[in-house]
Formats: sequence, structure tokens, C-alpha cells
Amino acid sequence: MPTFAAPDFEQTQMKLFEYEAKSFAQNIGIPVPRGSVASTPDEAKDIHKRLGGEVVVKAQVLVAGRGKAGGIKFGKTPDETRDRASEILGMFIKGEKVQKVLVEQKLASKRELFTSIVQDRSNRCQTALASGQGGVDIEEVAQTTPEKVIKHPLDPIFGMRAYDSRDVALRLGYNGNQLNLFSNLLSNLYRLSVMYDAELVESNPVVETQDGKFVTADLRIIVDDNSLFRQPEFQERSREVSSEVSPLEAKAREQGLAFVELEGDVGIIGNGAGLVMATIDLVKQFGGNPANFCDVGGGSNADHVAAALSVVQSSEKVKKVFINILAGITRCDEVAKGILEVKNVIGLKKPLVVRMAGTNHEEGRRILRSGNVDSFEKMEEAAKMVVALGSS
Amino acid sequence: MPILVGRKTRAIVWGITGNQGSFHSKLMKEYGTQIVAGVTPGKGGNIVNDVSVFDTASAALETTDANSSIIFVPAPFTKDAAMEAIDAGLNPVVIITEGIPARDAMVILAYAKQHGTIIVGPNTPGVITPGEAKLGIMPGEVFKPGTVGVASRSGTLTYEIAQSLTHSGIGQSTCLGIGGDPYTGLNFVEVLKLFRDDPGTTALVLIGEIGGSAEEEAARYISETDYPKPVVAYVAGRGAPPGKRMGHAGAIITGTEGTAAAKIESLTSVGVTVADVPSDLPRILEKQAPPISH
Repeated sequence: MPTFAAPDFEQTQMKLFEYEAKSFAQNIGIPVPRGSVASTPDEAKDIHKRLGGEVVVKAQVLVAGRGKAGGIKFGKTPDETRDRASEILGMFIKGEKVQKVLVEQKLASKRELFTSIVQDRSNRCQTALASGQGGVDIEEVAQTTPEKVIKHPLDPIFGMRAYDSRDVALRLGYNGNQLNLFSNLLSNLYRLSVMYDAELVESNPVVETQDGKFVTADLRIIVDDNSLFRQPEFQERSREVSSEVSPLEAKAREQGLAFVELEGDVGIIGNGAGLVMATIDLVKQFGGNPANFCDVGGGSNADHVAAALSVVQSSEKVKKVFINILAGITRCDEVAKGILEVKNVIGLKKPLVVRMAGTNHEEGRRILRSGNVDSFEKMEEAAKMVVALGSS
Repeated sequence: MPILVGRKTRAIVWGITGNQGSFHSKLMKEYGTQIVAGVTPGKGGNIVNDVSVFDTASAALETTDANSSIIFVPAPFTKDAAMEAIDAGLNPVVIITEGIPARDAMVILAYAKQHGTIIVGPNTPGVITPGEAKLGIMPGEVFKPGTVGVASRSGTLTYEIAQSLTHSGIGQSTCLGIGGDPYTGLNFVEVLKLFRDDPGTTALVLIGEIGGSAEEEAARYISETDYPKPVVAYVAGRGAPPGKRMGHAGAIITGTEGTAAAKIESLTSVGVTVADVPSDLPRILEKQAPPISH
């Protein structure tokens, strides 16, 4: 099963605002509603004057679900548009403050469609999705009436060929000129996914207008983080997005640590994502509550461990710290030196339990002992110890 | 008889002149792996760790009889390196590199499929057949020769589990990481097939984690084929919150999909014993398949 909508909770995803996505779309000839972006109510009013007719005012946020949150409103007159914009600007949608609104002509639609180019994990390819039931929560459509969502996997080497998109258009029930119009639109959405290395290009809805044309009324693009080296215009954005994570997460990521904040009070540090996950599980199993996931990486050195310990113990909610190292390429003596470095320079702020195994572990534990730091060879024993600390 | 790598492995290392590539090609050689050539564009004619460096795979193949490859080049160049290795007929192609664009990974995997090439990774610690050879970055000393096959989505957690097997006297036939990325070559099902046909493997350990559906697919395969060898498992990430990427790009719970609970449930339902803690695995293995230690 392909994922229909990208999860909207992953903070590191490189999402584009709707108005940005639409300007990229327009550049390659994808029809979008006429409109413009405003930062103040008066700008919104002026845009309405230029557009004429009725308009829609849409909050520009990166989280999904803005419609239900009151982030999309309509204006019949420029004054009304100014009022609606003033209501939306500054509001918070799922914690994100609205800084800009998109003011666009309201479309007279005959039918609303869903179209998407997703990365399909199970088929290991991109897949084009389309449905005649657009404009609504597509995941719900996919669950209740899966036959109403067309899925067309795309060959990774050849990409979307013209006949792929014609096939989708035909299955949506179009023929003649409309078949060509829709398949052109779909091909162009695919082109966007290639140009911007997109994890997701999604238009919900694509509006079929009264005169039989297709317009992308909404557009979302999420860029693959791993492609930023060849997407220079988004590199700056990557840093902005990272400012949306918690201050502690931002601090950790600056140090090159994979870091996720959790609910509890036991700081967790380990080398390797799987080992850190297993450590968290173990601490929970013994009745503790981890405060974070912090992976210093498989081949890390003393500095990495020192940086991780400094970041983790700086958190107020952390009451104790558990360092779990299984050294392969990493050397335990190096890790021990890193820990003592923190102890000697800024001090150990919280009780610490260390587990060390693998390369040079005897030497590592000897170094720790010389600095009066407890350490264990077995991960279970260490996990039990850290949970017991302070709870008696 | 091992799977994927062994005494007959003769590998080309892509990126042998880089930090990682030179460091690990030395360790692989010390472990006994035949490293017959390196490829780095523009560095042809150099020698690294007594291994000749060539500009292209075809140049390397003029003077060596390589049959496998391992790739350490940075993510922007990995697609090219992997496709060159596939075109050169090298099999398997082990991709250590992490952070490859998803669309590049899809192209590599599709191209490999056309050529019948096995891709291990990307974002994998590699493959080791204890006592014979390794194509990877794992520490050789935690493994010991034996008959238990190990397949994992993780690196250090694999070493943790291999070490506890080794300490309990349980040796391994071949251990491999399928990779922590969303798009990887070999998956659990394909590994199960390889181990099924390997007479040197008598039981299997699967080390899963949250995200994706590799464990569920493995469970389905085990049940559908009435898998002939005992399989035990451990799944990391019971304590992971939804929507957060836990270090590995592929380790993310989306909605209710990909949770540890769901994976443990589907494995358990087909008769796979899932250990609560990694150190339980040796005991469970011994109960399921007594004659595995030696």
C-alpha cells in the first residue's frame, strides 16, 4: 500500500509553502488559479481588487489540516477579504503561526479530483495516484472505497511516459481533448517531482472547471532531504526548518547527533540507531522513562560522546543519564576519555550509568574507574541500574 | 557454505582512496577478504593498502578477476558507482553509503533487478561470513563461525546480538544488515530465501525495527512457505513515538503502520519467537534448535 498523504508530523521534512509550489508549477506550464500572496490584510484587499470576482483566502502553513482549523475562508468583496485575511494572519494552526495568506480567484468547479506522485515504499518506485473523489480526506477514501483510487506505479528508470498519464486519464473517465489536457497535467506534476526531487507532489483538489479545463487548486511539494546537495535553492530553507524543532533538538543536530526528544527523565545516549532504540525499549521495560533518543553514530569518537553528554545533561527534565556503547570501530578507551573530559571541564550534572562493551572495553572501564564513574559490561544490568537510581 | 560472501569473494572497493574506504579495506583484508582492486575516478595508478586503484571498473577488470563489490563513495556519487558495478557484472554490490536520494536508490534497485544483481544496502554495515570474509564495516571479533544466519536492519544492534550469540557459544553462518534506509535491495524475504537454500545455515535470527513492513512481509513468507528452519527475532523501537524518525531514515512510524507491536504480533502469529530483550535470543535459539552450537 502506498502512503497516500505524506505524514505531516515529521519535523525534518523539507516542505514548500503552497504559493511556492504553485509558482514552480506555473513556471512549467501547469494551470494554477490566478492569485498572489499577502502578508497584511491590506495587501490581501489590494490583491482582491486586482483579481475581481470572488476569492479564497488560504493560510500558508506547512502543516496539513488548515481547512478544518479555519485557515481557508472566502471573500466576496475586497473589504470582506481584508477582514478574512486579518482573521487568518497571526492565527496558530497546529502550533504554526500564519505569516502569509494566498489570495486566489475562486474557481467554479464541475468536479474535484485528487492527484499525487508519491514515493511508494512497497513497490520501490514512484507511483501516480488519482481519484475522482478529490477535495476530501483522500486517506479516508482509500480506506473505505479503495477502488476509487487509481494507482499507477512508474518505472524508476524510464519515469512517467506519456502513455502512463493517458492511461490514468482514461481510467478517470476522460476522452478527447480532456484526456490530453489531464494527462499533460499529470505528466507535468511528475516533472515537478523530478525537478525538485520530491518525496511528494500532491494536488487535492485538481479542479475540473465548468469549461472542461483542469486547474491545480491546491499543491503540496515535499523535497527529499537527501537531495539537498543538488537542490541548492532549498539548502537555506533546511536551516530554517530546523529552527522549528525544539531548542534541544536543534542544539543536538548542530553537533551532528541524531536526536529526538521523548517524554521521560532518563537521558539516553548510544552508538547506532538500532542499539539506541533497543536501549530505550529496555529502560522502559524495566520501568524507566527515557527523555530522548540520541545516536552518536556507529564510528564515533571521544568528541561526539562528549558533545552528546553535554547536550543531554543540559536538559532540565533529564534526571539521570545512560550511555550505552557497543564499540566496533569506536574504541571504548576513547569514549571513556570523552566522558571524563565532560566530567573535568563542565562536570557531570546528573547521575550517570555507562555500559561499555567491544573494542578496548577493559581499558575504557579502567579509565572510567579512575574518574569514579560506574560502568557495566552487560546492557541489561546497566539498564536496571539506571532505572533504580534515585527511585529508592 | 555461506551466502553472499566467503573465501571465493574477490571484491572491488569503490572509494578506496577516501577515509572510510581506505580504513575499512584494510580491515576487510586483515579479516581475510580478498580485495582485488579499488575504483576512484582520477586516481587510477595509485596503490592503497597494497591494492591497485583504477579509474573505472572496466579498467579494473582487465587485470583482476573481481566478482563482488563494496561502495563507500559519498551519496551524490553512489548512483553512478552502483550502476557501474552492476554493469561490470559484480554481484553482490554492497552499498555502505548513507543518505542517498530516494529516487537514486529506486534507479539503482530497478537496474540491479534487470541484471539479476543482489544489492545489499544502502546504509548497511555489510555482510560477514565469520572466519571467511567480510564486505562491510562490522567489527570482525564479535562474530564466530557457526550455523545461525543473522539478518538485521541495524548496525550496532547486530553486533550486540552477534556478540551475545558468540558469548553463548552460538556461531553464525552469515550475518548481514539489509540497511536502514526506506529503499534497500535485499529485504528480509529475499534473505530468508537465501538462507533456506544454504545447507550451512540451520536457524535464523531476524533483527527488525519500527517503520515499513519488512517484518510483516517476512512473517507472511514464513507462514506461506512453511519455512523449514527455525526463525527467532527481536524488534527494536517498542518505546518509539509515532512520527519521529529514530536515527535511521526508514525507522519512522506513520499513522499506526510500522509499529513494533504490529511487527511483533505478525511474527509471533506465524510461530516466530520474538525476544523481549536482545540477550534472551541465545536461550530462545537453543530451545528451538538444540544442535546449533559449535
